[in-house]
Amino acid sequence: MKRIYLDNAATTLTDPRVVQAMLPCFTEVYGNPSSLHAFGQEAKHAIEETRRIVAAFIGAKPEEIVFTSGGTESNNFTIKGVAYARRDKGNHIITSKIEHHAILEPCHFLEKQGFKVTFIPVDKFGLVDPADIKKAITDKTVLISIMHANNEIGTIEPIDEIGKIARSKGVYFHTDAVQTLGHLPINVDELNVDVLSASGHKLYGPKGVGILYVRKGVRMLPFMHGGDHEQGRRASTHNVPGIVGFGKAVELAKEEMGKEIEKLISLRDKLITGILGKIEFTSLNGHPTRRLPNNVNVSISYVEGESMLLNLDMEGIACSTGSACTSSSLEPSHVLSAIGLSHELAHGSLRFSLGRQTSEDDIDYVLSVLPGIVGKLRSMSPLYKKEVK
Amino acid sequence: MEYSEKVMEHFRNPRNVGEIENPDGVGKVGNPVCGDIMELYIKVEDGIITDAKFKTFGCGAAIATSSMVTELVKNKSVEDALKISNRAVAEALGGLPPIKMHCSVLAEEALKKALEDYRKRSKKPAAIKAVKSSVG
Repeated sequence: MKRIYLDNAATTLTDPRVVQAMLPCFTEVYGNPSSLHAFGQEAKHAIEETRRIVAAFIGAKPEEIVFTSGGTESNNFTIKGVAYARRDKGNHIITSKIEHHAILEPCHFLEKQGFKVTFIPVDKFGLVDPADIKKAITDKTVLISIMHANNEIGTIEPIDEIGKIARSKGVYFHTDAVQTLGHLPINVDELNVDVLSASGHKLYGPKGVGILYVRKGVRMLPFMHGGDHEQGRRASTHNVPGIVGFGKAVELAKEEMGKEIEKLISLRDKLITGILGKIEFTSLNGHPTRRLPNNVNVSISYVEGESMLLNLDMEGIACSTGSACTSSSLEPSHVLSAIGLSHELAHGSLRFSLGRQTSEDDIDYVLSVLPGIVGKLRSMSPLYKKEVK
Repeated sequence: MEYSEKVMEHFRNPRNVGEIENPDGVGKVGNPVCGDIMELYIKVEDGIITDAKFKTFGCGAAIATSSMVTELVKNKSVEDALKISNRAVAEALGGLPPIKMHCSVLAEEALKKALEDYRKRSKKPAAIKAVKSSVG
């Protein structure tokens, strides 16, 4: 059976060229980068080379890049690390209602520790209004964290404007760029960010490796205590294969991102137009244009997301849904709720996230299969019957 | 979370989808907020359930439990149908993931409501003492 992977926002395949670059790190360059001998120094050289590649890619200095275990660690590191390092200045953090759980949960944790957190709402497209951020800043605010682009609905936030506000008020500004590094151009100076999180496995790199960009001079407590790796900022023996893989993934993104964005936008828009045109009672979630090139998120009325997802899976198509039925809390996606979707429309949401390997045939296949699935489920749906008759 | 073979089989090929014209009992339960909505229709002749059909808005487990409950009640007496618990529905499906057990409760509730509705329509005071539902 044909298998089509349209869940690249969850994770991407590891590019075979990345795997090739990693392989010597298991059997040849296997020394500990902290060791003084040649084995160690070869490994150290490999990770420092990656640090330079990554730094150059986002307009940073190599010493401003810290290697971590991934996006969740980078986000936890930032929220807790800044909050505790700047306790003398204040105890207030500003973030949005549509952040990833790896931001929201550390914030909830800090609330229990006596910190104050403001969760800024978004408009119906998922956009944060920089004016709302400005209003929320107090003399106790130590950190603002707003994601670069949302992982569910793909909305790209006005990061540069928010960064400008943060800078003028002397507040650190962090952005979660897990969905954007390697997918959209990023320059930390142009975006006015002080701290930035990214993860390897969202840009065709390996799982278990991420980065944190920390602007020179930004105060942050270490997250992992132990040896003095990463200038004492993050203890733990370096994940050399992972780091080298990350570097290769960034190199490939640098070469291919421009073309890829063009291709993905055209496929994305074809899928959106196709779904909205072929299936009645459907709507697009997220912003029509300020949108990740690979993100399609639609609500399909009168049917539930998990049952669509399972049917698509039976046809070889992998996607995801914000339906409560797939979450352990039985609550619909907090992002879809934040943009004002009714429970029913949130339940009926599907996210297709395209990738490097997605072809036009794949999109045609989805468009040939999905209407039938929706039709079958609607014929079973008591809601459809009532509304349409 | 993983569904059993039996759940997937009923999800793929749900039995008894639809409505019954002039039903003897209808049970409607759930709401869009909790995620699942189920409608169960029964036809009863001489105290025996001769037909059952359903319409469901919901996840894989909701559709599979709807399908299974219609299978379980067919050709059963009203009294026996009343004894069908959510556990019996889940067991007949080879088990449900713990977070999906509420779907089986919905199926039991739909059945109880349909039987209650039948009792009202036929005005026969059948012994409708709600069998206590038990959740996972």
